[in-house]
Amino acid sequence: MRPSDEPIIRIENVSKTFGSVRAADRVSLSIERGEFFALIGPSGCGKTTLLRMLAGFETPGEGRIIVAGQDMATVPPNKRPVNMVFQSYAVFPHMSVAENIGYGLRMENRPAKEIAARTEEALALVKLSGLGNRRPDEISGGQRQRVALARALVKRPQVLLLDEPLSALDARLRDAMRLELAHLQKTVGITFVIVTHDQSEALSMADRIAVMNEGRILQLAPPQTLYEAPGNRFVAEFIGKINFFEGNAIPLPQNRLRILTEGIGEVEMQGAANGPVTLAVRPEKIQLSRHESSASGLICVQGAVSETSYHGGASSVLVKIAGGKPLLAEISNVSRAQSPLISRGDKVWCAWRRDDMLLLTE
Amino acid sequence: MRRPARAPLDYFRRPFIRIMFVALLVFLYAPILGLMAFSFNDSKRNIVWRGFTLDYYEKAMANSELMLAFGNSLTIALVSTVISVTLGACAAYLLWRFRFAGKTAYEGMLALPIVIPEICMAVAMMIFLARIGWPQGLPWPLNLGAIIIAHTAFSFPFVALVVRARLETFNRELAEAARDLGAHEPQVFRDVIAPHMRPSLIAGGLLAFTLSLDDFIITFFTSGPDTVTLPVKIYSMVRFSVTPEVNAASTLLILITVALTATGMRLQNRNKIL
Repeated sequence: MRPSDEPIIRIENVSKTFGSVRAADRVSLSIERGEFFALIGPSGCGKTTLLRMLAGFETPGEGRIIVAGQDMATVPPNKRPVNMVFQSYAVFPHMSVAENIGYGLRMENRPAKEIAARTEEALALVKLSGLGNRRPDEISGGQRQRVALARALVKRPQVLLLDEPLSALDARLRDAMRLELAHLQKTVGITFVIVTHDQSEALSMADRIAVMNEGRILQLAPPQTLYEAPGNRFVAEFIGKINFFEGNAIPLPQNRLRILTEGIGEVEMQGAANGPVTLAVRPEKIQLSRHESSASGLICVQGAVSETSYHGGASSVLVKIAGGKPLLAEISNVSRAQSPLISRGDKVWCAWRRDDMLLLTE
Repeated sequence: MRRPARAPLDYFRRPFIRIMFVALLVFLYAPILGLMAFSFNDSKRNIVWRGFTLDYYEKAMANSELMLAFGNSLTIALVSTVISVTLGACAAYLLWRFRFAGKTAYEGMLALPIVIPEICMAVAMMIFLARIGWPQGLPWPLNLGAIIIAHTAFSFPFVALVVRARLETFNRELAEAARDLGAHEPQVFRDVIAPHMRPSLIAGGLLAFTLSLDDFIITFFTSGPDTVTLPVKIYSMVRFSVTPEVNAASTLLILITVALTATGMRLQNRNKIL
């Protein structure tokens, strides 16, 4: 194996407890060179702890962390080939923007000329050219974040760690910054590891995502797999919106199942399971219409619209189906005339393809 | 007829509030302004105004005992401030940086000298210094040692308190960021933590200086015949008679204290960052 084929980060069986809280529970994963990797999960799931262990601010209770082929067990944070962008940005308030960016290079005792040149280059990279002499309190929050980015990138780390980098920005800036971060990552070619609680942030930027809960990785997959083929209920619910139908599976010959559910009756589908299972369908897979569809391979249930909410490009419709079960559907407002078509109290048919439905056994 | 509504800041137009405002100022400053005014009074007694003069300032300046006391006060204040700031900053930093058994109790005990009645502290200091046999009759400025120790003991908790409060506002991610960028612990302290502490060091130093400069009780109990400070000297002058010379000396003390405080506050404002 050539060294460049080796994963840049290998986390092997890492566990960490704080008192009685398991922040990491036998976590193992590897991150490839040049990858944009996201750790997501609800707050307290251990994602930040994992990131801080990579940076060296926490030490694993058990297991090993290997970065660029080197075991990090005895390497202090200031000697690691990684740099971090902090949630609060942690821009040094008593230094100018340029002094902030040059700080890491000064710690390496680089010649002043080189520091000045690389600082200038980093400023240009994050589109802050000409602001080098400003004080941190004279620039905006978004600009401070760019300073934090430049300050970490100027060190040319092997891995850039980002702790909730967009959470302190307002919504509009956040969307712009998402695209820019993804673009920046491709430009510099450095491995990015980002921690976020915002699943849409991870979906839009990352190459691969690890979903964590209670210190464990529940699924590690590319965004599309996580969304369209979640491995368990937690991931299905954490990523995007979804409807669940509890049911009981009875195995049939030829790897088929008959599932008795509340809400949508009896469903036959491919798969192997026995006993309690969950069927799931994403809201945008559901079509609403006034008439029952008779096409084969469709699941079709009737219900009454109990709520609608309009989001501009799409609308969410909550339909109460048999047994009072709420079903969330999302319809795109593809035509200007269509939007007010459905309103509260309407009787509608909800239909979706059986293949668009997920079988979850965990 | 309805009265026009008042904006919140308009209430100052009400006579009652104006009177309160003036009364408060008078209550606070009338005695001090009186003292200052009579330092320019051309009379031996402090009762009737007989015209303006600077004689008593000249007299005070020429009073070698008074000037010696003044010099003692400044020396004591300066030295005890330096020691207090160093000790206080160290105590505050250690309490902030580390966790250890009995930390809460330690913190409480550190703040105790602030609430202990000064007279108790003074008596305790006097007895303590006598008991350990602190040397007497040393040449100047070594003879001020006892007072300096006493002043440091009561003023450094104030410094520790101020610095500790400032450190509470420190964003620990700043230290981590410095570390992440390649700084080792001493560099993190020098480049990130110390600049954050600086305003509190100035404020704490100022506090220690003024506390020391105008302290009477503790000084009175720990000073000897050769180590009279300005407040103690003024007290002994007053025991004979309150001449305008006393007023002049007091006015000088007030001016120095106010000037120092103003300078300190300006320095602090200039360094105010985020």
